[in-house]
Amino acid sequence: MFEHLTATLRGIGHRVIDRIWHLGAGARFFLHTLALSGESFRRLHLTIREIYFTGVLSMVIILVSALFVGMVLGLQGYNTLQKYGSADAIGVLVALSLVRELGPVVTALLFAGRAGTAITAEIGLMKATEQLSAMEMMAVSPIARVVAPRFWAGVFSMPLLSALFSMMGVFGGFLVAVPLIGIDNGAFWSQMQANVDWNVDIANGLIKSCVFGVACTIIALFEGYDAPPTAEGVSRATTRTVVNSSLAVLGLDFVLTSFMIS
Amino acid sequence: MSDNIVEISDLNFAYNDQPLLRGIDMLFPRGKVVAIMGGSGSGKTTTLRLIGGQLKPNSGTVRVDGKVVHELGSDGIYKMRRKMGMLFQFGALFTDLSVFDNVAFPMREHTDLPESVIRDLVLLKLNAVGLRGARDLMPAELSGGMSRRVALARAVALDPMLIMYDEPFAGLDPISMGVIVNLIRRLNDALGATSIVVTHDVHEAFSFVDYVYFVSAGQVVAEGTPKDLSTSAMPYVHQFVHGEADGPVPFHYAAPDYRQDMLRSTHV
Repeated sequence: MFEHLTATLRGIGHRVIDRIWHLGAGARFFLHTLALSGESFRRLHLTIREIYFTGVLSMVIILVSALFVGMVLGLQGYNTLQKYGSADAIGVLVALSLVRELGPVVTALLFAGRAGTAITAEIGLMKATEQLSAMEMMAVSPIARVVAPRFWAGVFSMPLLSALFSMMGVFGGFLVAVPLIGIDNGAFWSQMQANVDWNVDIANGLIKSCVFGVACTIIALFEGYDAPPTAEGVSRATTRTVVNSSLAVLGLDFVLTSFMIS
Repeated sequence: MSDNIVEISDLNFAYNDQPLLRGIDMLFPRGKVVAIMGGSGSGKTTTLRLIGGQLKPNSGTVRVDGKVVHELGSDGIYKMRRKMGMLFQFGALFTDLSVFDNVAFPMREHTDLPESVIRDLVLLKLNAVGLRGARDLMPAELSGGMSRRVALARAVALDPMLIMYDEPFAGLDPISMGVIVNLIRRLNDALGATSIVVTHDVHEAFSFVDYVYFVSAGQVVAEGTPKDLSTSAMPYVHQFVHGEADGPVPFHYAAPDYRQDMLRSTHV
C-alpha cells in the first residue's frame, strides 16, 4: 500500500519535472530563434515564402469561418437586442465581438489547426529524414534557415489574418442584419463607426493577435523540432501542437483581457 | 601538417550512461578511402557524428585537420564543416527543393558566387554523378540510387577535404551499388579528398577501400587492408566477412534458459 502510494507520487513528480523541463527547453528554443533571426530579414525571400505557406494558404479557412461566425453573431445578437428595443445596435455588437475577442481568438485557433500542424509535421519529418542533420553538417544552422523564417512568417501573418477575419465577420453580420432581418443600413454602419474605437478596440485586438501569433508559431516549431524522429513521434507532436496552442491562446486571452480592461 | 586528416585517440562515448564507444583509436590518412565496418549498433555512425562534431565525447579526442573537434566553439565547428561533406544513409535531400537547388544549396549558403557561376558548378557536379539531365526533378521523383547520387553531388559541392558516407549502399540494387562504389573512389581521387565510409557491405567495401577498421561492441576489434582482412583467421572478422549466422556475434539475443522459459506458465 505504502509502496503503491510512493510509486504514484514518484510518477506524478516525474511528470511534473518532465513538463517543467519541456517548458524550459521551449523557452531556450524561443530565445535561440530570436537570436538567430537576422537571416530571416537579410534574406527576406525566405520569410516571404513562408508567409505564403502559413498566411496566404490559411486565408480560405479563415474567411469562410469568419463569414459564418459573423452571420451567427448577427442572428444571436438580433435575437437578444430586439428584446431590449436595441436591434439597431447590432452592428456595434458584431464589430466589437469580432475585433476585441473572436477575431484574434478564433483566427489563432484556426491557425493552430491549419498552419501550426503543417509546420510541426514538416519540421518533424525533416528531422526524421535527417534533413536537419544534413543542414547542420553543411554548416548551416537549421534554426536560422528553417525555424526563424517560419517563426516570423507566423508572427506577421496572424494579425493580418485576424484583421481579415474581423472584416469578413462584420460582412457576415451585415448580410444577416441588413438584407435578411431588415435593420437600417445607415444605423448598422453609423453606430459601428461611432462606438468602435481605433486606439482601444482595434489596437487591443491587434496586440492580442500578435501575442497569439508568437505563441502558436513557436509552439508549432518547437513541437516539430523536439519530436522523436519516428512516424508516431511526429503524429504525437502534431496533436500536442493543437492542444498546447489552443490552451495557450485561451489562457493568454484571459490574461491580456484582464490587463486591457483594468 | 599531419599525414592524417582525422585522428581519433582513446575515444569513449556513452548514451544515457550506456557505453557505446570504448577506447577507440583510428587514423585516417589524407587521400585514402577508409571503411569503418561492423554490425548494426556497433557504434559506426556514432563515430561519424563525433568526427562531424554533432556529438561530444565523454573522454578522448577526435582531431580533424589538427584541431580537437569538441574544443571548437559552434563557430569553429561550422567553419570546420565547410571543409566536410557528408552523405546520409537515405540521402537526406531537401524535399521542397529540386535536384538543382539541392546541389546549389551549400554554394548559395556559403559563397557569394553569381547565379550563372553556380549554375555551371551545379551542372558540373551533377554531370559527375551522371544526373545532369535530372536537374529539374524533385526528390520524390528519384529512385533510391538516384537520390544517393544527388546527395553525393551535394556533399562534394564545395570540394571538401573530407567526405563521410553513412551506409551509402543501404537498400540499393546491384547496379546502383556499383555506380556508387565507382563514384566514391573516382570523386575521392579527383578531388584529392579523404573518404570515410561506414558500411556493413563487405564485398562492395573490400572492392574499393584502402583500409578497414572493424568495430564491434564499441571497440576496434581488427584493422588492416581488405586483402589482409579477407584472409584473417580472427573469429569475429571471419564471421563478418563470410556472413556466418553464429560465432562471436551470437545468433540469439541474451535470454534466460530456454527450457526454464518454456516451463514458466505465466509472465509473458
